[in-house]
Amino acid sequence: MANPQQETVLELRHLRTEFGSRQHPLVAVDDVSFAVKAGEILGLVGESGSGKSITLRSILGIVRPRGRVGGEILWKGRDLAALDEAALRKVRGREIAMIFQEPMSSLNPLLTVGLQISENLVAHTGLDAKARKARAIELLEMVGIPSARDRLGDYPHEFSGGMRQRVMIAIALASNPQLLLADEPTTALDVTIQDQILRLIQSLSRDLGMAVILVTHDMGVVAQTCDRVAVMYGGRLCEVGTTSQVIADARHPYALGLLRSIPRDVAPRTPLYSIPGAPPALNALPLGCAFTTRCPVAGPECRDLRPPLETVGQFHEVACHHRVEALAHFRQQEAAQ
Amino acid sequence: MNMLTMEPAAPLLSIRDLSMRFAKNRSLSDTIAGRPRQIVSALNGVDLDVMPAETLGIVGESGCGKSTLARCIAGLHRPSSGDIRFEGESVIGLKGANRRAYNRRVQMMFQDPYTSLNPRMTVRDTLREAISVHRMREGAAIDRRIDELLDLVRLPEGAADKYPHEFSGGQRQRIGIARALSLEPTCLVADELVSALDVSVQAQVVNLLLELQDNLGLTVLFVAHDLRLVRHVSHRVAVIYLGAIVEVGPSEALFSRPRHPYSQALLAAAPSLDPADRKRAPALSGELPSPLDIPPGCPFHVRCPHAAERCRIEKPMLRPVGAGMAACHFAETISAA
Repeated sequence: MANPQQETVLELRHLRTEFGSRQHPLVAVDDVSFAVKAGEILGLVGESGSGKSITLRSILGIVRPRGRVGGEILWKGRDLAALDEAALRKVRGREIAMIFQEPMSSLNPLLTVGLQISENLVAHTGLDAKARKARAIELLEMVGIPSARDRLGDYPHEFSGGMRQRVMIAIALASNPQLLLADEPTTALDVTIQDQILRLIQSLSRDLGMAVILVTHDMGVVAQTCDRVAVMYGGRLCEVGTTSQVIADARHPYALGLLRSIPRDVAPRTPLYSIPGAPPALNALPLGCAFTTRCPVAGPECRDLRPPLETVGQFHEVACHHRVEALAHFRQQEAAQ
Repeated sequence: MNMLTMEPAAPLLSIRDLSMRFAKNRSLSDTIAGRPRQIVSALNGVDLDVMPAETLGIVGESGCGKSTLARCIAGLHRPSSGDIRFEGESVIGLKGANRRAYNRRVQMMFQDPYTSLNPRMTVRDTLREAISVHRMREGAAIDRRIDELLDLVRLPEGAADKYPHEFSGGQRQRIGIARALSLEPTCLVADELVSALDVSVQAQVVNLLLELQDNLGLTVLFVAHDLRLVRHVSHRVAVIYLGAIVEVGPSEALFSRPRHPYSQALLAAAPSLDPADRKRAPALSGELPSPLDIPPGCPFHVRCPHAAERCRIEKPMLRPVGAGMAACHFAETISAA
């Protein structure tokens, strides 16, 4: 758990990202507000299309110019949403770094790994060539690449998937960022390698005091890595809390259903709980709660009236009109099984 | 279902010493230097029995050969050596009508719902093609059968005349299941059937598969990397490492008490849903060795925390340990610890 005394490094206020025409916009992120503290790992969980990756990309402005970003992105007293490209470029990669899902396609295949790390050092630090090389070796060692000195001259194809993801992290860390945005960094990797990369991110965050926003769809990854979790559905936050609050004491019917559909403590080969239907399309979101059509406890007001995030405990917020019914419904389900 | 009581029954599929080697294309420099062609050993002597009406889970890291094994069984690869017997008859050299009959009885379902269906064929065309090629029905009976199949996999009415792009990922996997079932197979090979789906949709497809299996008495080979899911659906589970089975046994026994050090590491690496049992060190260091150059002795010894001198020299054979079989010289002492 991050130290509560730590300062907030990033705060999103009413973030809204939309695409398409202004008359019929597709709202990918709708009124999302949360804060991240130094040294804290925040998990952003949701299904494909829930807006979690777009939220990350909105922070760095890489959804522009196709996407329109509204609301405030407060980073060290500045609003990133209001900055122009040139000013944003000074923040990107230097203060806030990002790593992506596919280590195979996010490295330049024609440049050696050493060159790709020092590219970042040239852009964001004042080190000379010799110091850059030393720093590059130090970074590769830090992310656990064996015989780092000899591997500086290797090309990305000479590394395995897990090693490439480490190289990506080394590049991201080159300028000592205070915030790391990790977009499904381990989804393409095996569980054994995923485990190694997550432990690495965890220790870096702890040792360097770096804040991390980790986008994932895997509740297990969240349980093992994150301090706090924000659950997204249809571009909106539906539940925010500490990891143990959300995993052991979820209140939103979507979060409850998601956790319930993961096989654990159920008799083998019995039917699993499944959330009926499929996630809504961005152009067919209801006016009210985005989860209405799949919700087992939805009432008539849910379709038209958007539930706000309400505090249900310390650090724990839930956006649902029928919290009590939801909990009772899932308790009953559990008892029946 | 108690598989132990079914043990005396003859296996449906019996795989013996199955090997699959792929020759790599020689690069120009290798040809000039006269270096021999490199051989990728995807499978190295797999022995496996599949009992009628059981679900056999197959797990392992990417590159371990689990998909190659599935494809060999489905007849999509011709193995380099070894034998696959189906109801006692070897299927390796089958030709003509016998080959078609085998192909009909063992059906494969693929991972990617977006590329495994022909985008220019409606669901009806896809199913009709399968049904008429194998002469399962004639004339008007084909359309009746198509309706029956779509009903079986719970696709909405009117689905038959739509194209794949009009369906969600989960619905497309149902079409894949319907296509496989249209041939009234005995055995289904599911290669990462639900891996590309969102968690909430995964459960729907898994439930359908379980239900169909029980109703139709199908044998299912369930290849997947999600260990929790494999545990839930399988009667027995086989763990593959570098193209060989290192452990096979009843699902519950294997998951609650894995005997092979690799199975132990694989299970430990899977992220637990309980934030309380977090660990700081990764469960397994290092990566899967290249199948171009498989280590002598036990293929796992380079990553094994228990490796001794004997493991470097002598390859352990699969032998009975506990309720299942494991290929480790020290399985008893390791799992006792």
